[in-house]
Amino acid sequence: MTARVKLEQVSKAFTLHLRGGMQLDVVQDVTFDVDAHECVVLGGPSGAGKSSLLKIIYGNYRCDAGHVLVRDGDAFTDIAEAEPRVVLSLRNRVMGYVSQFLRVIPRVGALDVVANAGRESGLDADIAKERARELLAALNVPERMWNLPPATFSGGEQQRVNIARGFIADLPVLLLDEPTASLDAKNRAVVIDLIEQKKAQGTAIIGIFHDDDVRERVASRVIDITRFKATAAA
Amino acid sequence: MSPLLCARGLSKSYGPRVACSGVSLDLHEGEVLAVVGESGSGKSTLLGLLATEIAPDAGQVNYRFRDGTARDLHTLSEAERRLLMRTDWGFIRQDAMQGLRMPVSAGGNVGERLMAVGHRHYGNIRETAEDWLSRVEIDPGRIDDTPKTFSGGMRQRLQIARNLVTHPRLVFMDEPTSGLDVSVQARLLDLIRGLVSELGLAVIIVTHDLAVARLLSHRIMVMKGGRAIEAGLTDQVLDDPREPYTQLLVSSVLAA
Amino acid sequence: MNETATASGYNFAYLDEQTKRMIRRAILKAIAIPGYQVPFASREMPMPYGWGTGGVQVTAAVLGPDDTLKVIDQGSDDTTNAVSIRKFFERTAGVKTTTKTTDASVIQTRHRVPEEKLRADQILVYQVPIPEPLRFLEPRETETRQLHALAEYGLMHVKLYEDIARHGRIATTYAYPVEVAGRYVMDPSPVPKFDNPKIGDCAALQLYGAGREKRIYAVPPHTKVKSLDFEDHPFRVQTFREPCALCAAEDVYLDEVVLDDRGGRMFVCSDTDYCEQRRTDGHRGKMLGKVPLGGEAA
Repeated sequence: MTARVKLEQVSKAFTLHLRGGMQLDVVQDVTFDVDAHECVVLGGPSGAGKSSLLKIIYGNYRCDAGHVLVRDGDAFTDIAEAEPRVVLSLRNRVMGYVSQFLRVIPRVGALDVVANAGRESGLDADIAKERARELLAALNVPERMWNLPPATFSGGEQQRVNIARGFIADLPVLLLDEPTASLDAKNRAVVIDLIEQKKAQGTAIIGIFHDDDVRERVASRVIDITRFKATAAA
Repeated sequence: MSPLLCARGLSKSYGPRVACSGVSLDLHEGEVLAVVGESGSGKSTLLGLLATEIAPDAGQVNYRFRDGTARDLHTLSEAERRLLMRTDWGFIRQDAMQGLRMPVSAGGNVGERLMAVGHRHYGNIRETAEDWLSRVEIDPGRIDDTPKTFSGGMRQRLQIARNLVTHPRLVFMDEPTSGLDVSVQARLLDLIRGLVSELGLAVIIVTHDLAVARLLSHRIMVMKGGRAIEAGLTDQVLDDPREPYTQLLVSSVLAA
Repeated sequence: MNETATASGYNFAYLDEQTKRMIRRAILKAIAIPGYQVPFASREMPMPYGWGTGGVQVTAAVLGPDDTLKVIDQGSDDTTNAVSIRKFFERTAGVKTTTKTTDASVIQTRHRVPEEKLRADQILVYQVPIPEPLRFLEPRETETRQLHALAEYGLMHVKLYEDIARHGRIATTYAYPVEVAGRYVMDPSPVPKFDNPKIGDCAALQLYGAGREKRIYAVPPHTKVKSLDFEDHPFRVQTFREPCALCAAEDVYLDEVVLDDRGGRMFVCSDTDYCEQRRTDGHRGKMLGKVPLGGEAA
């Protein structure tokens, strides 16, 4: 098997200068690979640094030590030391990230918010629009809202727009940070379906899922990220 | 591909006061770099140095011209420098009064660069101006009105049209949204964001507003006391700031 | 040279020889760089600014004892301004003066180019109030000098653009900017744009003097002078619906003369010498004899 993502002894701590230089350990020596067709679910108690680890992989948080290798074609790029524009390019072509929060863009309608995400990752404009329609319909966003800016939507509606945005592109790697949190059962089931489709297409997924039932359904493996710290200590 | 703009060791002092000290940066085509910091941090001086409006005490700025050759900007002749500024570059000023010709109509403001590079067909110039006015969401029916009659937001949008009409590759922006109402700001930012990605512009934007930097830029450079103290991917620097000063800056802002 | 008529105590043509030499150097430079505004040390003259102090200094510098001087103001030889300048040189230089364009070797003018075609042995000296054509759009002198140095004349077209946008056509009718010898853009002084074509390829030397602004510029004989315009709004001179009411001349610049307070008016040659010559030659306009000659005074 060829890995899509390889984490090698990834460590991260925050130094809080405003609190007298307090050190806050986040993750330590995290090492694992994720292959295509696989959904790796991050485990561990709350506060274990699961969400931070996803952000490190996405390049949103800095990696203090270790390597975050993401496959780009035949080669790996180390996110830990890549140039900003290389990271941005990977985000467009290789690696998607879905959180439960939509960063609202004023004045752009929901359908375009979703379709634009597809276009940014290289989809043809027509195909992007078509897929955006399918996704919004599947996620039960009423059609009358499609041309309205999501800024005015409820939290749940915004979340579903955000999921559509995250799933529209065919990227080899997908990072999911509790995408199903606070969704109702019907929509949770839709997201599970979407994840299964991505897996079937070969996407390598790393996710955090609060709900046990979702985790049961989608996880290929569960990795407790606190165990690396324990190993390191021992 | 080599960078579009490449600055090394830029320094400038005014007497004993160091305005900018040893700043280096690269900018590639299509990249948006935000330079942030509080007033007096040297960010405006840096912009002036990069845009060749201020001569550096030390350091150089190389720019890759359309023919592919890179040249040190501070060795250009005045004629070359001006040609560059009115064709391949744009400069959006904080104060629209400085960036526009206030007694000249909106159409004349947009058309000036075209006429400066030799356009001599009134009808075509006017048509292009109308097109650009609509692109920046100004009613083309106002083409013959002077910016004196425009609101602050419209003036900034007119400045944008005036600069983009020659399809520049690099645009400098100096606090383009400050002094505007919040709702007007949002609209302007959204417009700039759209144009920048549509036209693939490289932008260096100076702002003290981290929300503006977050919305528009790919990369960010934090300045303090004339030095670039931290730089990187915008969301990384804002969400995981490393330097004490950057942490202070980020924590002082309401939900940037 | 009539010694008795010349006022004593003054150097020939009022200015001292050093000053005239300095002005001649500026003139030579101006001729060498057609259309370029050469700074010169403008002197105080015994007349107020706005009365042609620049033109008078240039005239004084080029005038010789054998010259014959003509002075016109808006085409006329007998306005106060023209008369006093003519008298000034009669008294300080003792030169012959004339009102006939063909007889003059030096013609100082304000606001007109004579209708009569000028010759190679003549010099036309213009009085210039504001020499800088870019002034109204760019108030900074440092910047306008840069713009000239770099031949950045986009602004000039912005002005014409504004004209068309506001009036549907280029409404500038006098001081209409021209490009001289393919290089410098020049203000031809406040002559009607009707006269612009006469400035180009002219056999006479044309000198421009701005006293208050301390600038001299020149159009050497047979220089190409192009009035700025747009492809779709080409330069056009004014046209008049009827010929001169006194001499029936067509293709000349006419002044409107109000005859009474009941709307009566007529159009007559602005160039009074030209008009008189034509009448002497037997040309008769439809109003000739019906109004007193020199009816402009009405």
